Amino acid sequence: MLHHNQLRTLLLLLLLLGLGAFSHATEVTTPLRGSGDLAVVVERASGSVVVIDTTHYQRLHRITDLGDLSHASMVFSRDARYAFLFGRDGGLSKIDLLRGERVKRVVQAGNSIGGAISSDGRWVAVANYEPGGVRLFASDTLAPVADIPATISSAAPHRDASGAVLPLSETAAAPLAARSKVVGLVDAPQQQLLVALYDSGEIWRIDLRQPTAPQVSRYLGIGKQPYDALITPDGRFYLAGLFGEDGMALLDLWYPEQGVRRVLHHYGRGEQRLPVYKMPHLEGWAVAGREALVPAVGHHQLLILDTEQWQQRAAISLPGQPVFVMARPDGRQVWVNFAHPNNDMVVVIDVPSRQIIKQLQPGRAVLHMEFTPRGEAVWISSRDDNRIRVYDTATFALLAELPAERPSGIFMSARAHRTGL
Amino acid sequence: MARRCEQRWLPTGGCTIRVGLLLLALLPLQLPAAPPIPAAAVSALDPARPTAIRQQQLRELLRHDCGSCHGLTRRGGLGPPLTADRLQYQPAATLIATILDGRPGTPMPPWRGLLQPAEVVWLVALLQQGEEGPDASP
Repeated sequence: MLHHNQLRTLLLLLLLLGLGAFSHATEVTTPLRGSGDLAVVVERASGSVVVIDTTHYQRLHRITDLGDLSHASMVFSRDARYAFLFGRDGGLSKIDLLRGERVKRVVQAGNSIGGAISSDGRWVAVANYEPGGVRLFASDTLAPVADIPATISSAAPHRDASGAVLPLSETAAAPLAARSKVVGLVDAPQQQLLVALYDSGEIWRIDLRQPTAPQVSRYLGIGKQPYDALITPDGRFYLAGLFGEDGMALLDLWYPEQGVRRVLHHYGRGEQRLPVYKMPHLEGWAVAGREALVPAVGHHQLLILDTEQWQQRAAISLPGQPVFVMARPDGRQVWVNFAHPNNDMVVVIDVPSRQIIKQLQPGRAVLHMEFTPRGEAVWISSRDDNRIRVYDTATFALLAELPAERPSGIFMSARAHRTGL
Repeated sequence: MARRCEQRWLPTGGCTIRVGLLLLALLPLQLPAAPPIPAAAVSALDPARPTAIRQQQLRELLRHDCGSCHGLTRRGGLGPPLTADRLQYQPAATLIATILDGRPGTPMPPWRGLLQPAEVVWLVALLQQGEEGPDASP
């Protein structure tokens, strides 16, 4: 017969064994995994995102209650575990990709258009239409750090003899109370942000080395209605597209003191502009080798520039107004989708021959494309067919199809390590 | 409800019948012409108005394609808000002209060619009444 104390010890032992078995079971059901092969798909109409394992084409999580996600985009923490999602309604959400949950959400403005994360991963910046400007948050807590209102300047543009727009300090720009919408916010090397002002036609270079008091250099009069911008994958050139006139504005970040100059200002001259039913988008993906491929606004064309002289080298005719122009990571192919009413089609261009080599019909209302980090496959969202399709980029074979509700942007976690994405 | 119908248009057409019955039910109400006439109901009387199927397509266009600049919820983006409180006191003719011919100097394109004038009239009525899009209610 067991003594009372012995019985208690035995029970305790059994309990501990039981707990051990339980915790072991937990480990088995949620095995460790990395986050480097994940894709996050925005479901724009339902305010949710889906996290997908791109290696096994498996939906892992669906996260809801993220607000108005029309035109939503995201950046990733440098450990690629968290996504920072920028909603149209000013919502900034931090999402844990591995646990599949919303960690935090703040509504930081009335109307937003995207964001960026600083090169050291500590600061998340949001571009706002209303109130126009950039707001900065700590990436670990989403606590507010700085507010940078996009004030309109009352000063005249400062140009050199060649016509390049030289920078002005915040005080020299004599800011007014009125604000501009901002577009094309990206991170740049050495703790910088670059952004363009849609209403007042400016580019701002923002130095975040003192995050609570960011220093702004303003380039006034860079062109009418910049609609979006990109930074080259090496982080050297910032290129803003203009809607209000032909051409693009270029800033070389190796020599910011030399100013913003106009490139491509001859394109479309004398030709009637066609209606643009959806604004084109610019992203660093458009650089293929030594060439950049950009949509021609109001023309059914793609323009090719060399990235040394920034001169136009060629124009490729397209079957519609291009929206996204994405180079496969090796630069050999460029994939293009189109604005309404040609938005059920994607074309593939062979870069060296400048020829369209393939036309695909991935579904109705193709909104976005994203290459896997090494480019063997491309993921394409079809809003009106509620699905994502994955294609082999060598054979164009359909590799997989996954359901998603009104999908728009597809963002792969490998963006965590890329400047400007 | 409209959303659920949309997915059933093609295979069965069952939804068309349901909407048709709904419209029939509304008809007696319109005869005294006192209450405001729902945009959807007007089309049953006027052949120039978009059909029920076309109305569904126009709602989709408004929500998603207009929404790419003006916001899914019409609260604005690069383009201005298109909420009813903003639009209801503006002359319908101005709004119709803006949609058909665009606004030079801004990104607003002319939709003439993609949309028929009668369809634009219907869209403007919907915008000014502030009727929610098909996906608006959860």
